[in-house]
Amino acid sequence: MMIISNSKYFATDGNNNTVQATIDGQALSVPLDPDNRHYAEILRQVDAGTLTIAAAD
Amino acid sequence: MSRSRDNADAVTTVPSGVGRNMVINGAMNVAQRATSVTGVGATAAHYPTLDRWIIEASTAGRATMSQTADGPNGISANCIKLDCTTADTSIAAGEYFLLEQRLEGQNVQRIGKGVAGAKEVTVSFYVKANAAFDFALEVLDNDDGRTCSKLFSTTTDWVRQELTFPADVDDGSSPIADNNAQTIRLFFWLHGGTTYTGGTLQSGSFANQVNANRAAGIDSFFSSTDNNFFITGVQMEVGPVATEFEQEDFDVTYQKCLRYTNKLVFTTTSTAFGLGYAESTSQHRTPFLFPKMRAVPTVTFSGATDFAAVNATTSVTSTGMSVSAMSDSMGLILLTDSGAGMTVNQPLYVRAASGKFIMLDSEL
Repeated sequence: MMIISNSKYFATDGNNNTVQATIDGQALSVPLDPDNRHYAEILRQVDAGTLTIAAAD
Repeated sequence: MSRSRDNADAVTTVPSGVGRNMVINGAMNVAQRATSVTGVGATAAHYPTLDRWIIEASTAGRATMSQTADGPNGISANCIKLDCTTADTSIAAGEYFLLEQRLEGQNVQRIGKGVAGAKEVTVSFYVKANAAFDFALEVLDNDDGRTCSKLFSTTTDWVRQELTFPADVDDGSSPIADNNAQTIRLFFWLHGGTTYTGGTLQSGSFANQVNANRAAGIDSFFSSTDNNFFITGVQMEVGPVATEFEQEDFDVTYQKCLRYTNKLVFTTTSTAFGLGYAESTSQHRTPFLFPKMRAVPTVTFSGATDFAAVNATTSVTSTGMSVSAMSDSMGLILLTDSGAGMTVNQPLYVRAASGKFIMLDSEL
């Protein structure tokens, strides 16, 4: 299981574009694509109630 | 039927020509991320070194994983070397350490698995270790949870293992999904607790996955820090015969790997790319293109302050890096700086020092 922290939406022009997160110690920009393995795991952990994604600034 | 007739029939079912190997980077030639990583085993699932080869681990054992120039002559100059650096001799039930490749469904349709007419597959590879061990190779149909495992042995010299897995019709109505998701997974089991080794190896046919039967009978790679494990020339092909390892030009393998990982490396202090503009005094946008990937990639920058936005008169160092509007083949680099230097709508390009990089990852 990926260890995910500091997850936060990143928005441009008012739209959420990516999730900025630290995954297994690396700072990543994760696209909102369910076929992306990092985003799929983020969704899985959100559904499990173990991860919350902060809103974009 | 005579054995010779069996063999003749087998030969007629063996496809010829290029492209018969479903494994990517089986010769262990492409290592975009790194050529050597220590402490492997600490992360549950990650791609430390060679492209397409993932490590899955739950163990106190640790290894150094490297691309090593010690392949069998005439097969490949390179191999994966796993060197045990921390032993784990008190194996908890749920432990495991796997070297794995995940294959897209659309690239393994030729197996015809899950329906009438399903075919055998043969996995071959060259392997050696510091001593004699028994390890296992498991082929998993990830869509349907169907699995079959075979034991193989190591010696201190290179040996080619040829393992044929039976056809699996399953219920006759479970074809492999024709998509870009992980469908067939090859697991090299190098360490496992009783959760995975406590049963009887599921070796004669595919069956619904039972954890205890996945790796019964294996030894532990982490039994001693003396241990090492080498592998290369991995090939999976349709049919009951292991044909000669399919040689592939480096560039062909590299292009295949770019579908999953693309590390854009700045090779000199003035390497630059893109033609962008200053969206504001502190945020600069540069579109970029890359070869089409499996899915929209995750993006990693070597460091938030490694980059600069540059034009004819100004160079401003980044304070943050991100991306926007990403697809599987294009996107926008967003470079943020302190706000001093650029004026709105000025054109610019992105520059970074030698060795800095942008990593695109759409691995399975």
